[in-house]
Amino acid sequence: MDGLAKSSAKHAVNPFKASLLNRALWLVVVAYIFYSASSLGLSLERILLGFSESERLLTRMFPPDFSRAGLLMDGVAESLQIAIISSFFGIVISLFIGLLAARNMMPIMITAPVRAFIALCRSFHPVIIAIIFVKAVGFGALAGILTLIFASIGFIAKLFAEAIEEISFNSVEAIRATGASFFSVIIYAVMPQVFTRFIGFASYQLDSNLRNSTMVGIVGAGGLGGTLFSAFQRFDYDFVSAILITIIAIILVGEMLSNLVRRIF
Amino acid sequence: MTTSSIDLEWKRFTLQERISRFAVYLVIVVSLVWSWQSVEVIEEFLYDAPEQLLDMFQRMTPLDYAFYPSSIHDALIETLHIATLGTLITLIFAVPLALLNAPNITPSKTLNWIAQFFLVATRSINSLVWALLFIALFGPGVIAGIMAIAIRSIGFVGKLLSEALAEVNMGTIEALKATGAPWGSILVKGYWPQVMPAFYSIVLFRWDINVRESAVLGLVGAGGIGVVLNDAQNLFQWQKVAMVLVSIFAVVIVAEIIAIQIRKRLI
Repeated sequence: MDGLAKSSAKHAVNPFKASLLNRALWLVVVAYIFYSASSLGLSLERILLGFSESERLLTRMFPPDFSRAGLLMDGVAESLQIAIISSFFGIVISLFIGLLAARNMMPIMITAPVRAFIALCRSFHPVIIAIIFVKAVGFGALAGILTLIFASIGFIAKLFAEAIEEISFNSVEAIRATGASFFSVIIYAVMPQVFTRFIGFASYQLDSNLRNSTMVGIVGAGGLGGTLFSAFQRFDYDFVSAILITIIAIILVGEMLSNLVRRIF
Repeated sequence: MTTSSIDLEWKRFTLQERISRFAVYLVIVVSLVWSWQSVEVIEEFLYDAPEQLLDMFQRMTPLDYAFYPSSIHDALIETLHIATLGTLITLIFAVPLALLNAPNITPSKTLNWIAQFFLVATRSINSLVWALLFIALFGPGVIAGIMAIAIRSIGFVGKLLSEALAEVNMGTIEALKATGAPWGSILVKGYWPQVMPAFYSIVLFRWDINVRESAVLGLVGAGGIGVVLNDAQNLFQWQKVAMVLVSIFAVVIVAEIIAIQIRKRLI
């Protein structure tokens, strides 16, 4: 009887207690929204006015104007070239940098500066890197290529280093025991373990370079972004929508291709 | 059984695998050669690059520290507001889309596909392009930036959240259903406690990304530190540009550290 009384007492407590921390968090969020809206000078009528403009914008965007297909195709070709070349060099360079940054393969004297370099590549948005390279090599595709090489290093070199750090060391020791050189260890013990993951990162990076190559043109680094930005500045919204549709189509095809590659390997 | 039916030589991959791998390599080489030959690159500019970069760094130093209190600080705060408000507004769209996209919550295939379409479409267009579109609607300023960040993040947050929802343990959900709980209670008491850690870490992760993204939105006129950067750059005031870049770098690092620390406490 004693146990029964205890358990009934326990049931008096609501098992679905509201979490105080959660409630406090929501309160903070609501307070923040009011604070920031007032400090930024946001007002509801301004936002509603903007949404009422959307009808006018949409009528000017449709139907999309594909009549300047030549210009569009030039931009697409340049974006593709930027994406392909920068992915290739970015991936090849990341192979070496990733290896140098793996803490189980290299002494800390080498990994620390290499990791700092990777972090530097990662922390700046591609557009900011593009601004610097446009100054260094002038307007055009070259600036875009260099930008995306750096962006790729920041992303896949880090993931690749992490992949190498996670490998099983048994086969490395086995190959080393045969007296193999450092490069043989890399090729026969490390690479087979990380190759499939590496293909995954690489195809993801190609995908992301494709997206970014349509953007770096906004600051003058070549590709479809430049075409898009000048169409915006001339208020050619029907051409803008044609470019946007093309970008979405390219990205969908790119995603399909990278899925295909991942399935093959 | 004769020995002739057994392969005499061990091969790691089947013929089909080797052909498809070879096809991938072939496509890579062909596309690389095509782009290499047709891309318009002026080689002299590449050889000139180190000299130009050195020239730029000389112009950038010493940093213009006086520029920070006068204009960078307010713009940085504005950038952080854009990133945070954008991330909060994203949730209004992303949570319903994630619920629609998770097959265990919405059993209808059509609704899943519609949600999937919105998630992919918002993700495919870059935040700078969204900013340009919203500038056409709201005019240059902070609102365009917030909306650009909000719409751009829908795909990311919605996709990850719907994956988290699809992976929940269905035992508690079925127990709740057996008690006759309405769907609202099932969502709040069944799904929410299970996806809560994932939810907070997704939101923090996206906030971290949004701080980076909102720093460049100003280049097209959508408010924040980018406006200051663009002005300084157009006037060739490289010392101010360098100061802005250093401040952005500092803010990005601090945001990443904050996100990592909060995530450590939560999980």
